[in-house]
Order: sequence, then C-alpha cells, then structure tokens
Amino acid sequence: MADRIPHNPEHPDGLGRRDFLKGLLATAATATVTASGCSTDWDRFFQKHYKELTAEDKQRVFDRVKREARERFNRELNLQDPKPIPGVAFAFAISLSVCNGNRACVHACVQENNQSREPAIQYIKVIELDHGTLNVEKGDMYYEGEVPRPGKVYLPVQCNQCDNPPCVKACPVEATWKEKDGIVVIDYDWCIGCRYCMAACPYEARRFNFATPSLQAHELNTNVGYLSNRPRPRGVVEKCHFCLHRTRNETYPACVEACPTGARKFGDLNDPDSDVSRIVKDKRVFVLKEELQTLPRLFYYFD
Amino acid sequence: MGTYLRYWVQMIRCAFSGTGLYYAWMAALTLVVIAGGYALSLQLDEGLVVTNMSDQVSWGAYIANFTYLVGIAAAAVILVVPTYVFHHKDLKEVVLIAELMAASAMIMCLLFVTVDLGHPERFLHLAPGIGRLNFPRSILAWDVIVLQIYLLINLHVPGYLLYKKYLGSEPTRTYYLPLVFLSILWAVSIHTVTAFLYSGFGGRPFWNSAILAPRFLVSAFASGPSLLIIVFAAVKRFGGFPVKDSVFEYLRKVVMVAIPANFFLLGCEVFKDFYTDSTHVASMEYLFFGLYGHARLVPYIWTGLALNLTALIVFATPRLRQRRLRLAIGAFLCVVGVWVEKGMGLIVPGFLPTPMGDLVEYTPSAIEIGVCMGIWALGAALFTVMAKVAIAIMRGDLRAASSAAPRLSAAEEADVSLA
Repeated sequence: MADRIPHNPEHPDGLGRRDFLKGLLATAATATVTASGCSTDWDRFFQKHYKELTAEDKQRVFDRVKREARERFNRELNLQDPKPIPGVAFAFAISLSVCNGNRACVHACVQENNQSREPAIQYIKVIELDHGTLNVEKGDMYYEGEVPRPGKVYLPVQCNQCDNPPCVKACPVEATWKEKDGIVVIDYDWCIGCRYCMAACPYEARRFNFATPSLQAHELNTNVGYLSNRPRPRGVVEKCHFCLHRTRNETYPACVEACPTGARKFGDLNDPDSDVSRIVKDKRVFVLKEELQTLPRLFYYFD
Repeated sequence: MGTYLRYWVQMIRCAFSGTGLYYAWMAALTLVVIAGGYALSLQLDEGLVVTNMSDQVSWGAYIANFTYLVGIAAAAVILVVPTYVFHHKDLKEVVLIAELMAASAMIMCLLFVTVDLGHPERFLHLAPGIGRLNFPRSILAWDVIVLQIYLLINLHVPGYLLYKKYLGSEPTRTYYLPLVFLSILWAVSIHTVTAFLYSGFGGRPFWNSAILAPRFLVSAFASGPSLLIIVFAAVKRFGGFPVKDSVFEYLRKVVMVAIPANFFLLGCEVFKDFYTDSTHVASMEYLFFGLYGHARLVPYIWTGLALNLTALIVFATPRLRQRRLRLAIGAFLCVVGVWVEKGMGLIVPGFLPTPMGDLVEYTPSAIEIGVCMGIWALGAALFTVMAKVAIAIMRGDLRAASSAAPRLSAAEEADVSLA
C-alpha cells in the first residue's frame, strides 16, 4: 500500500527550512524587539488571518511559534507550512471487514498531532456496532477489553473533510476553510472559540481546548505544520487534518502507518490508480449520514 | 453641546440619588455583579474548563440565556406596534420603558455570547472590514449584525425622545419614526435569525425544524410581556410612575394568547418526533422521559411546562388576575417557565444524544451560574438606572434649565405623552 502518495512540486525538499533561515535573518531586528512575552501577546493580538499574512508576517509568526515552543518545551520545532498539491483530492477508505477495533490509530494520532493528554483530546473515535446495524447513533464508543468481540463491527470516525462542510459555513470569522486538496483546516490564531462549528458538525469531529492543552516535552512531536499539529493554544477548536504536514510531504497519515490490520487506505481520489480510487470504483462503499449531502471524503466498505 | 453635557451630568446625578429602597436594590445588584465578575475572572484565568460544557455539549447556560434574552428584547415589539402604528394612548406612556428593557436585554445577550467565547479578546475578528466576518454564509455572522443594530435602534429612539422631552421641545418625527418602523421588522428578525442559528443544521435533528423560528417568537410573546407586567408593576409601586390598568390588561391578553400558542407549537414538535418514531426521536425522549438511564433534564422540563400551565391558569382566572401582585406572580411563573423551555430545555437536548450516539449530561457549574447571575444583575442594574432616569424626564423632574415647561400637575402627570 506504500504506492502512490502524491508528489508535491511546491515543496521539493518538503521542508522549506532554508526559507525559514533567510526570513529569520531578515526579521532578526524585529525578533530582538519582540523577544519579551508582552509584545508577543500584542503580536498575536494584531496577527492577521492566515490568508492575509504576507511572507514577512509569516516569518514573524512562525518565529514566534518556534520561540514559544522553545520556552515551553525547550525543544526546536521543525515548523512547516506545506501547501496543497495541485490536482490532488485526498480521501480515506476504511475496510470494516478488516478493522478490529484495536484503536492503534487513535493512539498514533494523539502522539503525532500533539493533542492534549490531560484533558485527553482524541480526533479518532472507534464505534462498536452490533451486526445488523450501521447506525452509528446506536453504537458504543467506550467499549473495553479484548477486541474484536464476536458479533461486532468496528467503525472508526474522524473528520470527514466534507466537500460541502457545514462547519466552514458556520464559522463566523472564516477561521476554518476547505483547502484545494479537500482538507478542512483551522487557523488556531484566528479562531474566536465560539464553537458554532462544533454544533454544525454531524460527525462530532471537532474538539475544543477547554483547558490549556497539556503536553510533556518528551511527548512533543517536533515535526509540525502551521495549519495542523503545532502546539495549540487554549480556547480554540481543533480536529483531524489528514496529517497534512505528512501527506503533503509524501508520507502517509500517522493512523495509516499505525494500523496493524491494514484497514485504512489513504490516497488521491483524482489518481485513478490509487488505492482509494480503486476501492471507491470497485467496492460497494458508503459514507456516514449521506442524506445530509456533506459529501464526506471518508469512505467505508466491506471486503 | 453645553446643554447636552449638562443633560448627562443631571442624568448621572439622578441615577445616584434615590430612596433607601433604591440604594438597597442597586447595592444588592452590585454585589451580585461583583460576584459574577469574580467567577468570570476564574474562567478567564483557567479557561472554559471551569464550566461543565464538553465536546459533546459544547454550548450550555450562557447560550441558553442568550437565546432567551433575544426573545425578551424582541418582545418590545408587542408595545411598539400598538403605540406607533395604532396610536394606543395608554401604551404610548410606557413604551419607552419597554424599549429600554429591550436595549438592556440586548446588552445582556452580547455579554452572554462574549463570556462563551474561548478567545473573547479576538472579538475584532468579527468586525466587518477589520476582521473577516463570514457574511452572508454564517448565521452567527448575521446574528452579530442584527443584534447590534437592534441595540442601536433601541438606544437611539428612547434616547432621542427623552432628550427632546428634557429640552421641552417637540421631537422631529423623521428623526425617529422611520427607525421605529424599522425596529418592528428588526425585532422579528433578531429572533428569527437566532432560531436559524439552530435550525439550519441537518446534523442536529432536534433543532432542524421549520417551526423553530415561529416557536421562538411565540414563546417570546409570552415571556416578554410577562416580564413587562412585572416591570410595570414595580415601576408603578416603587417608581412613582403611573401605569394604567389598561396596559396590564393588554399585556395579560397577549400572554393569554401566546402561552397556548406556544404549547400548540411544542405539541406539533412532540407529535412529529414521537409518532414518526425514527432515530430522531432520541433527543425528545431524552428531554421528556430520559434515555438509557440518563434523565437529568426530565424534572427540569416538566417543571418548566407546569410553570407555563400555572401561569396560564393565573392569567385566565378573574379572581387571581385582578390583584396586581397575583398577576405579577403569574407573570413570573411564565418568565421562568419559558426560560426553562427555550433555554437549556432547547439547547442541551439539541446536543444529546450526540450525532455519534454519545450521551454526556450537562448541568452548569457553580462558576457558570455565578457568571450568569452576574450578567442578569448587570442587566437589571442597567435597566433600573435607565428606567429611573427616563421616568424622571417623563415626569418633568429632570429638564433643561431653559425649558419653560412647568412641572406637570398631578392630573397632567397621568397623561404623560411623548411623541
């Protein structure tokens, strides 16, 4: 399954670290001025929306994000901002015949994406369903003990990256939007924390940082994307972003790599030879709550 | 300009002088506001984790109170229409009080939304031009706009008329009448938009109902006039302001129609969900009977409905309604009953069970209750001060030195008319 992860021509080396160094030098003067915590707060207060940041603004912001991580974790972030790959539409196909409910994906996701450990925030929920129903509302997401249990089907749910996302429509400040490759992202520095998107989401995919996310220095994954897994502030909404810092850099999402059963397939729907394209074409696939016309990018099927 | 400054100085002086009872009332409210401020400081310090909201029930008491108060604000239209469209003389004497109540309710609404934000300091992101207001796609963006315009209208109209009265000059109709008519439309629109906040989502079947906006308006026309009955009774008793019996009678009749209409609309919702008996009945079941052993809202909602029914009985029984105190008690039951039903009785079951079948119950935390009480007390204090000053101006106690208008005689006082 390690074939056909799309190539990103905009980031040939995947990192753009050299650009960062350049910018760092260019803004060295500003950086010294803004080194104190107080001006950092003002910087953040006046920070513009992600889409309005100039290249220099971005350098300043990225510099601040890295400095904050240094202060908090005493570790250096490899902060990137990979752009969508032109012509790519990412999607998941999950085999419910194969998934056995072991939740390895859940744990890998938490580690990869620097989610708060206490209170625990998880992007993926695995729902245990009785044979004979696919109604997720009748399932159990708190099952414990050895899996798979007889007579049960396990259905992992995460952000469906809807092509017609109700959450994006709901956000009053455009802090969440759909990118060209279909991934719905959040600008954590723009979100006002009203949680209207959470009311709008029919898949319960969004999480809110009610408390300051807690993360130990040794738990920090330093390979982070600006719109994905960088350490989040308190009071903003977050969710699955298809590991865009990995997938836009030709790597599979953490949950796919962690899954011991091979139930998860990830790839480009626009590539007719990708796993997901073939599955959508050849298997009998379904999506959750199809009647809502959200057009999910998370397909389920039975082998 | 000098006159205008003097006007403000006089108003502020008026706000700080009063009877012992007035001082006691304001001191009590101030204490509650301070307690609420302390609760809010804890929330700002720790984050919304001090509330009992969760990823499952992501809105709670704050948004419930917000929703309810939009209705209270909208209900001013119940007095505005007969006053300005049908020139009802008795109502004209008290309509400014209703408009000031709408303005106070609107300020409370904005406060309730603000304390619910994870990042209230980012409010400028909502400002058109400065931020990125997602208009017209986001209904919340619509709500932000219509609520603030309604607040401005309800500050301008009474503000202008009172200033003119203070000066002893006739108000210019074109300076306020167009806004009065706009406010009629606007009152309906604020509550409609607030209902659309909820009813626009396919993923929340409990809210996804076409009659939510009519329900909101009808229940507002029960709770709003009920609150006005209490306010007018208090103004008459303690404020020394004449409120004619016909005003109480008019409001009572409005509530008499609105409570049964509200029951009817609720009944339509109940029928649709229970008779269809699809998976979408789960929220209704949770609310009225409990689901999978979770039943925290059951006594709450039945109490709310019982309060509304009792209020209706009080309003309909001649022996009970003829005494003003009893009528005010009946009105209070309706105010609380609707608050239960369209507050948390509407918000919480919209989230439960969750779209993925989870069920995490919610009751507000002590801090949430503290913040809520603080905002209610602040709203009550604002309204008391505004009403006190307005009454002083309307009675002619507070007027410009140059104003030749003599102090009203007792007979004229009963005939105070503004527009």
